[in-house]
Amino acid sequence: MRREVPIIITIFIGWVMVLDFFFPWISGTATHMRDWTLVLIAVSQMLGVANVARINLDKVSRGHKDAPYAVMLLVAMLTMIVLGVLMPKSATIGGFTWGGIEGGSLFDKIYNQMYVPMQGTMFSLLAFFIASAAYRAFKIRSPEATILAVTAVIIMIGQVPIGSLLWDGMPGLSAWIMNVPNLAAKRAILIGAALGAVATGMKVILGLERNYVGGE
Amino acid sequence: MADRANARTGTGIAGSLAGAFAALLIALPALAQEAAPAAAAPAAPVQFFSSERLNILIPIVIFTLLILYFIQQAKQGKSLFIRNIPGLDAIEEAIGRCTEMGRPILYVPGIDDATNIQTIYSMIILNHVAKRVAQYDTPLIVPVGKAIVTPLAEEAVKSGYTAAGRPDAYNPNNIRFMSDEQFAFTAAVNGIMNREKPAANIYLGSFFAESLVLAETGIMTGAIQIAGTANIHQLPFFVVACDYALVGEEFYAATAYLSREPGLVGTLKATDVMKVVLMLTIIIGVLLEQFGFHGFTAWMQPK
Amino acid sequence: MNWMQRLEKLDRRIIFVIMFIAVSIPVLVRLDMPIPSSKEVDDYFDTIEKLPDGSPVFFPADFDPGSVAELEPMMRTSLRHLFRKNCKVICFTLWDTGPGVVDGIIRDEAKRANKEYGVDYVFLGFKAGREVIMVQIANSISGVFPQDYVGADTKSLPLMQQVDKLTDTKLIVNISAGYPGTKEWVQQVRTRYAIPMLSGCTGVSAPEYYPYYQAGQLSGLLGGLGGAAKYENKANEKGEATAGMPAQSMGHLAVIALILMGNVLYVVNKKKAGTR
Repeated sequence: MRREVPIIITIFIGWVMVLDFFFPWISGTATHMRDWTLVLIAVSQMLGVANVARINLDKVSRGHKDAPYAVMLLVAMLTMIVLGVLMPKSATIGGFTWGGIEGGSLFDKIYNQMYVPMQGTMFSLLAFFIASAAYRAFKIRSPEATILAVTAVIIMIGQVPIGSLLWDGMPGLSAWIMNVPNLAAKRAILIGAALGAVATGMKVILGLERNYVGGE
Repeated sequence: MADRANARTGTGIAGSLAGAFAALLIALPALAQEAAPAAAAPAAPVQFFSSERLNILIPIVIFTLLILYFIQQAKQGKSLFIRNIPGLDAIEEAIGRCTEMGRPILYVPGIDDATNIQTIYSMIILNHVAKRVAQYDTPLIVPVGKAIVTPLAEEAVKSGYTAAGRPDAYNPNNIRFMSDEQFAFTAAVNGIMNREKPAANIYLGSFFAESLVLAETGIMTGAIQIAGTANIHQLPFFVVACDYALVGEEFYAATAYLSREPGLVGTLKATDVMKVVLMLTIIIGVLLEQFGFHGFTAWMQPK
Repeated sequence: MNWMQRLEKLDRRIIFVIMFIAVSIPVLVRLDMPIPSSKEVDDYFDTIEKLPDGSPVFFPADFDPGSVAELEPMMRTSLRHLFRKNCKVICFTLWDTGPGVVDGIIRDEAKRANKEYGVDYVFLGFKAGREVIMVQIANSISGVFPQDYVGADTKSLPLMQQVDKLTDTKLIVNISAGYPGTKEWVQQVRTRYAIPMLSGCTGVSAPEYYPYYQAGQLSGLLGGLGGAAKYENKANEKGEATAGMPAQSMGHLAVIALILMGNVLYVVNKKKAGTR
């Protein structure tokens, strides 16, 4: 029953969602079910937090070599939960807002002054890595690689204002490459991936796909 | 075994049809309840069937029938051809390289949750990789980016080792939950690559902006790299930075190719046939448009 | 190994320094360049411009701090454009780390345009659920968000008393960094409701959304910082995106120069190896 019950629930709810798209009179039921889904998703967020806490507490208790980082993670997580959720919004000490998540609160300050710059920094690595990847990979080793390199150069010039300064037709050529051959390939891959996703969805609601409960 | 598989298919389909019927039955009282309060003010009649969505229903029905047909064919033992996927053959080469060099193999199953089908398929491939590495005692490191995926990865690796007859070789410390946060996870995996210097990196699953950061770091450490994702916006980065890339559906096909499970192989064939159907539809549509018949295109528009 | 062979295997760190220098040049040397528009940007602008004044607009801003550099400029310009037309903006996000940055942007722009919270705009915060939220919110916004980002009862807000369903709005403007984002909004919402939709997205995602723009499911598309700069130019609101174009141009030129150099070295070294 441990596997059968989740499968039955999945099949039933899957059918309601699919039928809702084609039979409007079922939409009331489908809406109720989606409300339940939102409740479950909210609970699973808490489950995610509990899992993170469990795994890191386990590292600390076992004296794992990453234990100091686990402690940092747990302290940071607890701090943000306390500041954002538990501390009342009215908690203002010395003109400084300790509670709440609105602009000016400590939660907001930590978010904007620590989290935002750190995320932006990691994201900006991509610019440098693209340069090194391009230098290494865009070599004219074969006809296909040559087409890749030439197309990449045209697109890169065409997408920025400097392209139109170099040649009037550059933005147009770049747009043609983006809108014709690139779009054709993108559409084909999109259709293929979509068929794969639809196939998996149909197998789930037909009860043929059961890997999500542990496979067999 | 075929009979049991057939029985499973039959049970699955019968069960799902029963589920559909039950869904419709349960909807009826809900409809009555909603209609009752509105009795005072007459509401617009609720349409029974959205006929304007027939253009979506028909292909879905055709596709579903194809899936059922080809799964049945596969279960009856009919040989369904799957072309060679170089990226998957390279996994064997990668395992061999790691064994010769005495270095671990790194398998990153994406950064998305277990709700994403790519993560599920990645677990199937991970199970296959675990079976192979178990035979050679090659360490297999699996960094995981979502807490809920961790037990799935542990199960996949453990069952792979057990199936290969080497349950003793399974090391739970090699399945490492790093962080739920995208770039924290990326930084952690980069750290593993730089410190433990795996000889092969396999990226199979759902990846986002971190794909190039991971792949470039892997190149810096000199590892052979195999990647596959259905997130098409990340494919260019993997194609450029990895030795082998499974493009879009090849990733879905990988599970069928490796496991040869009838359900997966049959689905793959059905997808291929459906693509032919769609291609013919496009050609017919283009020809009709060329000759001034716009009805077909208008009917195919989403409403 | 001679110097040309060494140069072909140039240390990554030198490439990183080259890139850094290239992108820094516009900081030291003022570079003005024209920013020609493109059809998808013109369509984005025209769609908003043609909205009747005071129209309610659905504004999902699905991004996190990592994409702020590309998406903040287009979000600001879109909000300014909408506020100029006195449109009512209902904003929220489906990314869990997005609310802080999205709230900051919308409040800042609303203050600049003298707009009142609850009357001219609302920010509902974040809700987990991805596509489920998309489908549910189309039926009832207050059902999905009973409270706004700061905990106020949604139904008590004057704007939400007039607008509670997607069909009460005249336009969907989605600022998207990935998943969940524009593709999911098109799949789940645009296919069900005939409400025009615009998308502002990261440069890497834009090619994926062109099929939807070509098919008419998106009425306009802004792709990355370049798209944002074109939009700023069109809307006469020169901002961060326009300021960033010289740096982006120099970055692109640096990559192109590296590709060309790499290929010249490759061909020369290959010929030398062949003759030896």
